[in-house]
Amino acid sequence: MSNAPSANAERPELLPNGSAAAAVLSAGIGSLALALINAIADRTAAFKLLLTFSKPVGPLSGVTTIAVVFWIAAWIFLDLLWKRRELPLSRIGWGAIALFVLSLLLTFPPLADLF
Amino acid sequence: MEITTRSLWTLIHGMGFGALYLLAGSGALIELQYRFRPDNANSARALSRFFSWYLAAMAALAWLTVLTGTYLIYPWYRTPPPAGTANLAAYPRAFLLAHPSTSAWHSIGMEWKEHVAWLVPISITMAAAVVIRHRDQMMRSASLRLTLQIFIVLSLVAAGIAGFFGAMLDKAAPIGGGTPIQIVKENTK
Repeated sequence: MSNAPSANAERPELLPNGSAAAAVLSAGIGSLALALINAIADRTAAFKLLLTFSKPVGPLSGVTTIAVVFWIAAWIFLDLLWKRRELPLSRIGWGAIALFVLSLLLTFPPLADLF
Repeated sequence: MEITTRSLWTLIHGMGFGALYLLAGSGALIELQYRFRPDNANSARALSRFFSWYLAAMAALAWLTVLTGTYLIYPWYRTPPPAGTANLAAYPRAFLLAHPSTSAWHSIGMEWKEHVAWLVPISITMAAAVVIRHRDQMMRSASLRLTLQIFIVLSLVAAGIAGFFGAMLDKAAPIGGGTPIQIVKENTK
C-alpha cells in the first residue's frame, strides 16, 4: 500500500458554480426591485404612505427596506435552488448586469417619469 | 473656526465613507484584473484573504454611507419649515424647491441620489460574498471575474452619481444647524 497522497487529496474538490450564480443574479433582482418599488410608490399615494416606515425619513425608508429584504430573499431562494448545479455563468452574469443597468436608469427621475 | 454637529456628520458621510469607497474601487478592479487568473494561482491564493477583507471593508463603507445618509442626514434635509417661515436657509429641501433656478437640484439631484446610492451596497456586498465564498470559481471562470469587474465599475458609477449630487446639493443648500464644535479658538485682541 502506497503512502503517497492521491491527486484528489491534494486538490480540493471544486464546488458547482450555482451558489455564485445565485449571488450575482440576486444582486440584479434586488436592484431592480428597488427601482420598481420606487417607481410604483411615486404613482400610488396610498402605497407611498404605507412605505413610510420611519416618519423623519419618509417613504425612502420603506422603499429601501423592502428592496433589501427582497434582495436577500431572492439570494437565499436562488442559492437553495442552484447550489448543487453547474450553470452558464456568462449568461447569468450578463442578465444580472442588464438588470442593474436598468435599475440605474429607472432611478433617474426624468426617465422613470416616462413610464 | 467651528463646525456644527450636522455639518460634521455630512462630512463623515460624504468625505469619509463615500469618498473612501470611491478611492478603494480602483484598487479592487486592479486586484481582480491581475491576481485572479489561472496563470497567477499562487499569487491569487496568497492575496485572496487580503482581497476578501478589502472587499468586505468596501461593503462596510457602502452600508455606512447609505445608512448615515438615509437615517441621519436625509431627515435634516427634508424637515418641513413651520408655516410662515420666511427664511428657509435652515430647511434645504424647502429652500431648493422655493426657487425655480434651484428646484431641479431636489427634483432630479436628490431624488436620483437617494435611490441610486442604495444600488452600491447591494452590488459590492455581492462581489465581496462571491470572492469570500467562491475563490475557486473566481480562478477558473473568466466570465465570473468579468461580471464582478463590471458590477464594481457600475457600483462606482452609482456612487459617483450620489457623490456628485451630494456635493452639489451641499453647495446649493448646506445642511446646517446642530451644536457648534470649536476646532480652533480664535485669538481676538
